[in-house]
Amino acid sequence: MQLAIIDSGGANIASLRYAIDRLGVASELTTDPERIRAASHVILPGVGAAADCMGRLQKIPGLVDTIRKLRQPMLGICVGMQLLFESSEEGEVPCLGLLPGRVRRFADRDDLPVPHMGWNQLEFEPGSPLLQDIQPGDHVYFVHSYSAPVSPLTVATSTYGEQFSALVQSGNVFGAQFHPERSARIGALLLRNFLQLQQTH
Amino acid sequence: MRFRDHVVVGDILELAQRYRDEGADELVFYDITASPDGRTVDRSWIRRIARILDIPFCVAGGIRSVADAEEVLGEGAEKVSINSPALADPELISRLSARFGAQCVVVGIDSQTVDGAYQVYQFTGDPERTRNTARKTLDWVREVQERGAGEIVLNCMASDGVRKGYDIAQLSAVRALCRVPLIASGGAGAKEHFASVFNEAHVDGALAASVFHTGALPIPDLKTYLRDTHIEVRP
Repeated sequence: MQLAIIDSGGANIASLRYAIDRLGVASELTTDPERIRAASHVILPGVGAAADCMGRLQKIPGLVDTIRKLRQPMLGICVGMQLLFESSEEGEVPCLGLLPGRVRRFADRDDLPVPHMGWNQLEFEPGSPLLQDIQPGDHVYFVHSYSAPVSPLTVATSTYGEQFSALVQSGNVFGAQFHPERSARIGALLLRNFLQLQQTH
Repeated sequence: MRFRDHVVVGDILELAQRYRDEGADELVFYDITASPDGRTVDRSWIRRIARILDIPFCVAGGIRSVADAEEVLGEGAEKVSINSPALADPELISRLSARFGAQCVVVGIDSQTVDGAYQVYQFTGDPERTRNTARKTLDWVREVQERGAGEIVLNCMASDGVRKGYDIAQLSAVRALCRVPLIASGGAGAKEHFASVFNEAHVDGALAASVFHTGALPIPDLKTYLRDTHIEVRP
């Protein structure tokens, strides 16, 4: 296995790498399209604003195109997941377009502060390989102000005022809105499940 | 939970792992090596914590600038918590929030009743320097939110270390005007105290230190109790 973590900038990359280390898996942090193409698994992390993140990816020649054409299992985390969609309300930015749909901001409500920050439960019907050994109702850790609506690609939801996509899947492309690297045992299971996926072609 | 007592890093790692295994939802580390005179501090311990810990953690103490916060977050902490430096330079909250996002920025407030009003205290880490800032707590709670604080930890000083329960009245007063997550601190001594602070003051989280450090209240027992009293907790 050869895991490439795309260096999208942002403070959570250290935490993610430590989480991967704890699974006993080596990872390479890179923006080199060639290294990313050569990997067996790719993770696209992201924190901060979608537009900033997208901007950083676009600055590297060939990187966006490489990500769009990957056939190996790829997991977007948090803003990295949001970038997989066509566009985000945050900064009105066009994203990678690997998944149909648009990422929206949580409605501002007096009783529910935005960002949605903290532990929340996953709701799902079992079936996704990423959810093996994870139970509906298990808690994972979220920090986000934007989210993808529930769609046919949704394999797990969470609820914060409204239901949103906590985990999406389409072919080789996966996205987790929560932070598996900060989600204790359940997060480690999800990363393990992802790393056990086989290339689909 | 607070690590205010002086423990060496090896012990911190062990404690952190133990609390994680017992089901703590988040840890707060009070960096007592961060001296008030502003000398450079060694923050490599944060990375050692980040390597073993898979739950969110926050570092408090000694963060006086965007550069300080950048270092702490870069080492793997989820959030930074600022207290005295925010009082000295309220603009620091805005700068941190603009740079890292509100979700990273916790403001700690030490408060107690003086002449019938809640007032903010500064430098509470050092009994000889502790002083009343003459700021009204409720005004400060409003201001830090306007400046971009993503979370407030209210430490009610009169209850702190006494273990007779959280200051429900003060926490309720702050809750009424706090739209960001509010964490109660100071006074936890028994599992019932946690139930009342959630049910009566409607806080989002409860922080405790000595009651966990001494082993007086094991976290799994606390969580079972809270679940039995119909308060939603992560198992």
